[in-house]
Amino acid sequence: MSELPGGVSQLPGYLDVEAIRSDFPALARTVRNGNPLVYLDSGATSQKPVQVLDAVRSFYELHNGAAHRGAHLLSEEGTEIYEDARAKVAAFLGAHADEIVFTKNATEAINLVAYTLTSSIKPGDEILITEMEHHANLVPWQQLAQRTGATLRWFKVLPDGRLDVDTSLITERTKIVAVTGQSNVTGVIPPVAEIARLAHEAGALLLADGAQLVPHHPVDVTALDVDFLAFSGHKMLGPLGLGVLYGKRDRLEALPPFLAGGDMIEVVRMEGSTFQPPPARFEPGVPPAAEAAGLGAAIDYLSALGMDNVAAHEEVLTAHALDALREINGVHILGPDTTKDRGGAVAFEVEGVHPHDVGQVLDELGVAVRTGHHCAWPLHRALGVQASTRATFYVYNTHAEVNALADGIRYAQRFFGARQ
Amino acid sequence: MQLQSMYQEIILDHYRNPHHKGLREPFDTEVHHVNPVCGDEVTLRVTLKDVDGEPVVEDISYDALGCSISQASASVMSDLVIGKPVAEAMTISQAFLGLMQSKGEGSPDEDLLEDAVAFAGVSRYPARIKCALLGWMAWKDATAQALEVGRQ
Repeated sequence: MSELPGGVSQLPGYLDVEAIRSDFPALARTVRNGNPLVYLDSGATSQKPVQVLDAVRSFYELHNGAAHRGAHLLSEEGTEIYEDARAKVAAFLGAHADEIVFTKNATEAINLVAYTLTSSIKPGDEILITEMEHHANLVPWQQLAQRTGATLRWFKVLPDGRLDVDTSLITERTKIVAVTGQSNVTGVIPPVAEIARLAHEAGALLLADGAQLVPHHPVDVTALDVDFLAFSGHKMLGPLGLGVLYGKRDRLEALPPFLAGGDMIEVVRMEGSTFQPPPARFEPGVPPAAEAAGLGAAIDYLSALGMDNVAAHEEVLTAHALDALREINGVHILGPDTTKDRGGAVAFEVEGVHPHDVGQVLDELGVAVRTGHHCAWPLHRALGVQASTRATFYVYNTHAEVNALADGIRYAQRFFGARQ
Repeated sequence: MQLQSMYQEIILDHYRNPHHKGLREPFDTEVHHVNPVCGDEVTLRVTLKDVDGEPVVEDISYDALGCSISQASASVMSDLVIGKPVAEAMTISQAFLGLMQSKGEGSPDEDLLEDAVAFAGVSRYPARIKCALLGWMAWKDATAQALEVGRQ
């Protein structure tokens, strides 16, 4: 068990942000022009607390053995650390350990499902996604449709950025529905549990892209009743290079292998092989135990803060950001302008200043944001926007940082002589 | 503040009042290039003419959606290239590419690159180099295609 973070609080909806910040070495550095770092890009990747860095370092210093192989103590310790992390992920989601598959990232987790479903999808079948998906939960389904002759359909986005859940699109032809748990652009939280219910009534599977949901909200896979949930560790304080696919036990059991190699087999003969049950079936090669140790520590850290507190903290920051941006003439927020069913991703346009230029000016002031279409090109097109600037919030962000963002936007407007 | 070193007054002028912008007829070839990172796009047309057996850039017209750097660069590029023999224009294009790859350490040839030397500061920002090159790459592509058509 890693050390408890300083930010533990008794009050719901309150985090001791100063104490939390002291756990994150990167937040203490300065960036361009000697400015302190104002990190508003956690939606792309989060910063890492010392507890996570220590867990990774300690693995390599003391326990570096190849998990699930080797007759020596280090290998055994590596296995224990790796499997302990799996158990922590499972507990975090209300799942069983054998329902947790470690992948490279959320993208690989989604691809795993999209590829292994190939043989069960036929021409005339339908795959249902949404217009607000990240490319990671869009392109794999386009490719599955192309491979199988199935038809790709999608829920459209309403002008306010919310999802138009047109139930007529879910029919007996629908085989799988893939929907984001939270938009990485507008922060919109679609009604995943309701969509899952409709999908199941039609006999379809439901995959949720949890990359922007799991780091920021309490998630119970039983309550959501999703068949699959994909997310990345590095967006939730964990190391890069490790993602998770949750799958209901019988759903995973029904899938053939994805990547093949060592450790995922039962018996190998020159004529053919048999395969392990999940999750081992989907984890060939030496497992990333150091990354798993780090993700385990990240989950300990978030659990100690309390995911309800994390969500409440971000909601307050998001409300502040929406208010602050609304006050600036010429700034248009993409998506809903209230925090109802909306998480802490705030994308916006600045009239007369291209997002790249907004981002450049903010960077010069030390404010790190994302610019472009954020791997959600169809969503931008649906909202009639070519590109946008995006701020995302996490446990370590402060109200002063929201103000720095607003000040930076005003500075960019003055610099480019835009209307204010 | 480093901002002024990237956003030189010349660049901002070209951004606010781009030269040669708008799609014109007739043209030899048209290309459409995008920067997949940010979705910036340019549609660019090239018209070549034959002067004493040598291809010369008669006109470039373009329509572009993008940031100040990509817009200004397309404007400066069209100023530099229109009216020049293709061989000379390609030399300028190579020199500009070299400047963009110089990581802020380049000493650009002002006689050759003229207003384009203002983009030297951009080469310090890896994320923005593609913006500055978008119009140039579209021009090179369209011109190569036009030469190919001319040969047939």
